[in-house]
Amino acid sequence: MSILVIAEHDKSVLLPATLNTVTAAAQVGGDIDLLVAGHDCGAVADAAAKIAGVNKVLVCDSSTHASDITENVAVLIQARSADYSHVMAPATTFGKALIPYAAALCDVQAISDVSEIVDADTFVRPIYAGNALATVRSSDSIKMLTVRTTAFELADADTGSASVETIDDAGANESIEFIGQMLSESERPELTSAKIVVSGGRGMQNGENFAMLEKLADQLGGAVGASRAAVDAGFVPNDYQVGQTGKVVAPDLYLAVGISGAIQHLAGMKDSKVIVAINNDEEAPIFQVSDYGWNEDLFTAVPALQEELG
Amino acid sequence: MKILVPVKRVIDANIRVRVKSDQTGVETANVKMAMNPFCEIAVEEALRMKEAGHAEEVIIVSAGPEKCQETIRTGLAMGADRGVFVNTEATLEPLAIAKMLQAVADKEGAELVILGKQSIDDDNNQTGQMLAALMQRPLGSYISKIEKNDGGFAITREIDAGLEKLQITCPAVVTTDLRLNEPRYASLPNIMKAKKKPIEILTPEELGVDISNRMEVVQVTEPPARDAGVMVSSAAELVEKLKNEAKVI
Ligand SMILES: Cc1cc2nc3c(=O)[nH]c(=O)nc-3n(C[C@H](O)[C@H](O)[C@H](O)COP(=O)(O)OP(=O)(O)OC[C@H]3O[C@@H](n4cnc5c(N)ncnc54)[C@H](O)[C@@H]3O)c2cc1C
Ligand SMILES: Nc1ncnc2c1ncn2[C@@H]1O[C@H](COP(=O)(O)O)[C@@H](O)[C@H]1O
Repeated sequence: MSILVIAEHDKSVLLPATLNTVTAAAQVGGDIDLLVAGHDCGAVADAAAKIAGVNKVLVCDSSTHASDITENVAVLIQARSADYSHVMAPATTFGKALIPYAAALCDVQAISDVSEIVDADTFVRPIYAGNALATVRSSDSIKMLTVRTTAFELADADTGSASVETIDDAGANESIEFIGQMLSESERPELTSAKIVVSGGRGMQNGENFAMLEKLADQLGGAVGASRAAVDAGFVPNDYQVGQTGKVVAPDLYLAVGISGAIQHLAGMKDSKVIVAINNDEEAPIFQVSDYGWNEDLFTAVPALQEELG
Repeated sequence: MKILVPVKRVIDANIRVRVKSDQTGVETANVKMAMNPFCEIAVEEALRMKEAGHAEEVIIVSAGPEKCQETIRTGLAMGADRGVFVNTEATLEPLAIAKMLQAVADKEGAELVILGKQSIDDDNNQTGQMLAALMQRPLGSYISKIEKNDGGFAITREIDAGLEKLQITCPAVVTTDLRLNEPRYASLPNIMKAKKKPIEILTPEELGVDISNRMEVVQVTEPPARDAGVMVSSAAELVEKLKNEAKVI
């Protein structure tokens, strides 16, 4: 077995999702190579070589990869695919766009959002917003998967000593031009890897009121998330959305404030270790999955919590 | 410009699905079905482009069993011009669907294909990416904005870290995110009109596509349930429990 893991990074830092994916790869068993496609990404390649369990880091440092264009990374994967039994990437927007594209180039049926490795051919994945778990067995010669990062621990990032090999890019797609990004800047921990997440829903009423949750998150050292209703209403940016079609989180503590608990929201947070819900409707479905429920107006409860945490 | 919109028939998003006791799948008998919500957004966007004078024709396509024609009719009732139905009882995987869609898009000469980003039943999030790869056309995944311009399309994508803008040439394949638009409801007169709009019926064989499966579903099970815990009634009580009982702060 030889596995190619596609690293996700922002040119200077390797994202933790890569470490979760390496752990999933280790469970398949076999040699693990890591592909780093980027530009001026030497620091990322160095970090990648230190991940425990990685055999070799393939670095494609080229202006072609100055921004993550799905097509350009996919052709790199296709060019190397004959060497591997498995190709794996995290189930982030980067990996979810990339893996199916690369799989189609290789005439392979991709497998999305794997939450358990049963054996080298057999995988478990949630379907129907996590209401069911499907065990699927692939008969393709290469297995191409995205990995649900919250289902796998972080691999050790310090003790590895992989070799580093430089590879050429496979060309840039002329049909796509990168214009720019508008990224959410935040001093807080990243939502999908934070140990504590404080999320707000429609009950927050407006964007200004989210300042209360930000303060609470800062007191707890956590990140801020939101329901789709809060994002759609424009209270917070799209990248705050937790759920079936947003981000999947599984922190030690998830605090849901003014969120009803629709199945699509639960899909993104029900694997959290401890769930707390604050809601003024005692019938709110969120209470059925909460370890601690507090049936209270959030405009009373959140300031009281802030004071208690001092 | 011709726009092709692939749509999928799925269990309605408001239904709580149940896993079958024999663990072969989820219960679909007598369950309310609907057009996949992301496909509704795709149909809406195609219609808006047509209304803005950028497209002459909007074609709805769906692959699957007989009942998928109802889903095509839903798209026609929203305002699309005609339908293509690929009739098969086989279990379809995204790669096979993408191959059939490629054949239909080629046959129709579609300059834009707008798909949903994800079907809410299988949660694959694959077909649009695969179609773009097979057709060797630029991919705009997870878009929250699309504008036709001289070079092709200016798109905005929703990514984990925020938003991204790309310029892609025409012809192209894009997939819709939730915030692209709010789909319209079909009016009664339009529902009546839709009954007369043409739907061409094809088979995978006629399209020359091999739809054999690459994956076997071994079993479908219920995830472990979470139990409701306790209710608290003050901030002091909650903080005490989080510190001493749950030990998470
Ligand atoms: C295809 C599809 C995909 C979706 N994907 C997602 C997704 O990824 N993530 C997601 O979150 N949703 C998603 N949804 C939407 C989901 O179905 C719900 O509509 C959404 O989660 C509701 O958000 P909410 O709980 O904030 O709002 P509501 O359901 O309106 O709930 C608001 C809650 O706030 C409480 N409240 C109001 N005022 C106060 C107060 N003063 N104090 C305390 N409590 C208060 C109310 O009692 C209520 O329970 C999706 C839906 C579809 C169809
Ligand atoms: N059977 C189908 N027929 C037509 N289009 C489909 C079908 N299945 C999926 N699609 C399209 O592909 C999108 C993504 O689906 P999926 O890759 O299954 O998550 C859907 O929103 C549809 O636009």
